[in-house]
Parts: sequence; C-alpha cells; structure tokens
Amino acid sequence: MATVTTEPTAVLRGSMTPLPYRVVRKRRENHDNWTLELEPVADAIDPIAPGQFTMLYAFGVGEVPISTSGDLETAGTTLVHTIRAVGAVTKALCAAGAGDVLGVRGPFGNTWPIEAAHGRDLVLVGGGVGLPPLRPAIYHALAHRAHFGKIVVLYGGRTPEDLLFRKELARWRSRLDTAVEVSVDSAGPDWSGNVGVVTKLIPGAPFDPDDAVAFVVGPEIMMRFTAHALIDRGLPPERIWISMERTMRCGVGLCGHCQLGPTLICRDGPVYRWDELEPLLGVPEL
Amino acid sequence: MSLRTLDAVIVESPVFKDLPHDQLELIAGCAQNAVFDPGDRLFREGDQSDTFFLIRHGIVALDTYVPNRGQLTIDTVGPGEIVGWSWLVPPYRWHFTGRAVEQVRAVQFDGACLRGKCDDDTALGYALLTRFAQMLVDRLQATRIQLMDVYGDRHD
Repeated sequence: MATVTTEPTAVLRGSMTPLPYRVVRKRRENHDNWTLELEPVADAIDPIAPGQFTMLYAFGVGEVPISTSGDLETAGTTLVHTIRAVGAVTKALCAAGAGDVLGVRGPFGNTWPIEAAHGRDLVLVGGGVGLPPLRPAIYHALAHRAHFGKIVVLYGGRTPEDLLFRKELARWRSRLDTAVEVSVDSAGPDWSGNVGVVTKLIPGAPFDPDDAVAFVVGPEIMMRFTAHALIDRGLPPERIWISMERTMRCGVGLCGHCQLGPTLICRDGPVYRWDELEPLLGVPEL
Repeated sequence: MSLRTLDAVIVESPVFKDLPHDQLELIAGCAQNAVFDPGDRLFREGDQSDTFFLIRHGIVALDTYVPNRGQLTIDTVGPGEIVGWSWLVPPYRWHFTGRAVEQVRAVQFDGACLRGKCDDDTALGYALLTRFAQMLVDRLQATRIQLMDVYGDRHD
C-alpha cells in the first residue's frame, strides 16, 4: 500500500522558510471562492506542476495547503491559487488584495500522471471546489491536444451560483475537440444545463472505458461514488486517480498531520491511484 | 415514421434493449414521435399520467414549485433516458412538471395502452416491470447521493 504513484518532490526542497510573494491579481469566482495570482518578491519557488500544492502563509494567522489552479503552460513564476474562504487562514488569504505579501513554501506533493493518459481518452471529474486542482491538468491536456484521445470534463456543484470558472467551462465546451458537461443539484428555471449528481453524467459521457484514464477531485464521498460509477462504466480501478486532502502542517512528511494509515498525503500524494487508496477510505476514523 | 422505425429507435434504450421482437412490436404499437420546443411542458405536476417518454434529443427538466423559492428543477433527463413512471402505478398522477429545456425530440408512449397490453400479456408486463424497477433503483441511488450533499466542504 501507499505506493508512490509518481515521484514526489524531493523532501525539504524549497526549504521550510516561506518565500515572500506579492498578490498581483485577485478575482472573485463565486460567493466564497477567490483566485489569487502571486508573483515572487525576490526568489521564486521551484516550478510547480499540475496536481501539486504549496503551503500559503497569511502572516500572523497561519498556513494552509492550496493546490495550484493556474495555466502552468503560460504562468512562468506566477502562482495561481483558488481559495475558498471557509476558515481563519483561508479567510485571511482571500482578504489579501493586490500588493499584499503572502508567504509561499513548496511546491509539494506528486503530480497528475498525465503521461499515463497519452494516447488515451482523458476523463476529468470535479466536484465543488475540486475543479481548481484539475484545471492545470485540463490546460495542459488542451495545450498538448494531439497527445490525447477524447478529453471529457465533467463538473458538479450544488447550484449554478456555486460553480467555479464558468467562463472557462463555456470556452472549453465551445471547442469541437472537448466534451464538457456540468450538473448541479438544484437550479431555477433559468439554468439550461443538467440537474442531478455528477455521477449521472458518467454513463453517457463520450469516452471509451477500455482506453481511458480518469482524474477525479472533490470531497471524499464524491470521489468514492464517482470512482464506483467509472468502474461501473468499465474503467479499470488502476486507471482512476484521485487527489486527496487532509489537514497539513509541514508539507514535507515530518509532522504526520496528514497521515492516512501508512501514507502521508503531503509526501506520497496528494494524487493516488484508486485501487491503492480505496481500502483505506473504507476504514472508519482513519 | 413507420412502426418498424420506431422499433429500431426504442430498442436502443437500455429499458427496451434485448427485448424479443414481438414484445418490441407490442410496445411500439403504443408509441408515437413527439417534438417539444424550449419551454414547452411535456406534463404538469398533479395531472393525470397516462404517458411516458423516451428522450431522443434534448434535455427535460423536472420542476416543482417551492413556496418562497419559485420554480425549482430537481432533476434533468437526457438522450436515451426515460422520463415518467407515474403511468405505471396508481393513482397515475405526475409528481413533477416536465419542461423542455431545449428542443426535445422524444418517443411518446401511451401508458394506458401499454398497461392494457401488460395485463393481457404477463410476460411483457414482467419484462417491463423489471426494467422499470432497474431504472427506479438507479434514480433512487442517484437521489440518495444527491441528498448527501457530496460537494460539501473539503478541509480548510
């Protein structure tokens, strides 16, 4: 168990000292999610890859792990993070405005195994605030479109107002080479899309389960039901990958806060193969 | 559209897939094509239900009116799916309103006609009931997952 699925970033690279980054742009995504663009004040952290995260520090408040959510094909040293204001630290991060300085450590964790999808259909399923960690992989796949078969993006949220990146979803949907389906749990009459849980989109999604790879991000229960629906569709468990989230402190596998049985999510994850992680997710209180 | 063509259309639905040809013919005998423009009501909550639909194209929203919240869509049904099971069990009344979100092309079935054929042909009745039961189980499971609010918080 806890096989490292892709090479983790070397422990301690980037040091335990936060590097100062300045907020250069801030965009509100919905009622409680903001996207921050950060540029290094001086030194930059090592390049971040799709699936990885940084520890973002609101000085004097605290530090949290936040996945990269930007277009890494064009980002350069700019970091893009989409943050939900839900606790003291994330609220402080989201309150930061242009010109404010935050601390950044990282990058940490392993990456989406994008090469495993080369030559195959790529299915990306996000639920709620699970779309931001998938977005760099989507950008990457679209920038290297010829490497993949069909690209299918499935996204679910509570209501239309809760959805993230609506303009980008519309832009991706307008491409002839990409299938994008969005579903919400409930909606008013002005919503012209699907209603129902995101797993309902899987049976009719245009991919070949015999030759596809799936990346799934969302709350654990959403990922569990999504993985089951993908398996019901015929996708082998070893070609389903999920991104895990736990409370993290050090980010480098020293403190143990993110331990899940024999694995440390900050060090061995956050990306895991479904067949490797599923047995652990069924253990109560783990 | 000919009866033969309707046979070919409905057999593509999981609900009717692999049914013997004679049963498909019986079912197709209660079917006709229907087209709805965006905003059209296929059926209304509380009305007598003697029809159901196999959606071929477009999306049908299942709506209900919630006081202080207005019209609320609680589910959508898309191509290849069936909308409507109220025709199958008393009191044969629609539980929700079906609204075409976009242009909808569907096969419309006369449920009363089909109920009569099921009463006369118990093999057909059993085959249809088991297939509709599977569909109901799938919808129930999806509703249970929806009730769990699966997009709830990830950790801060």
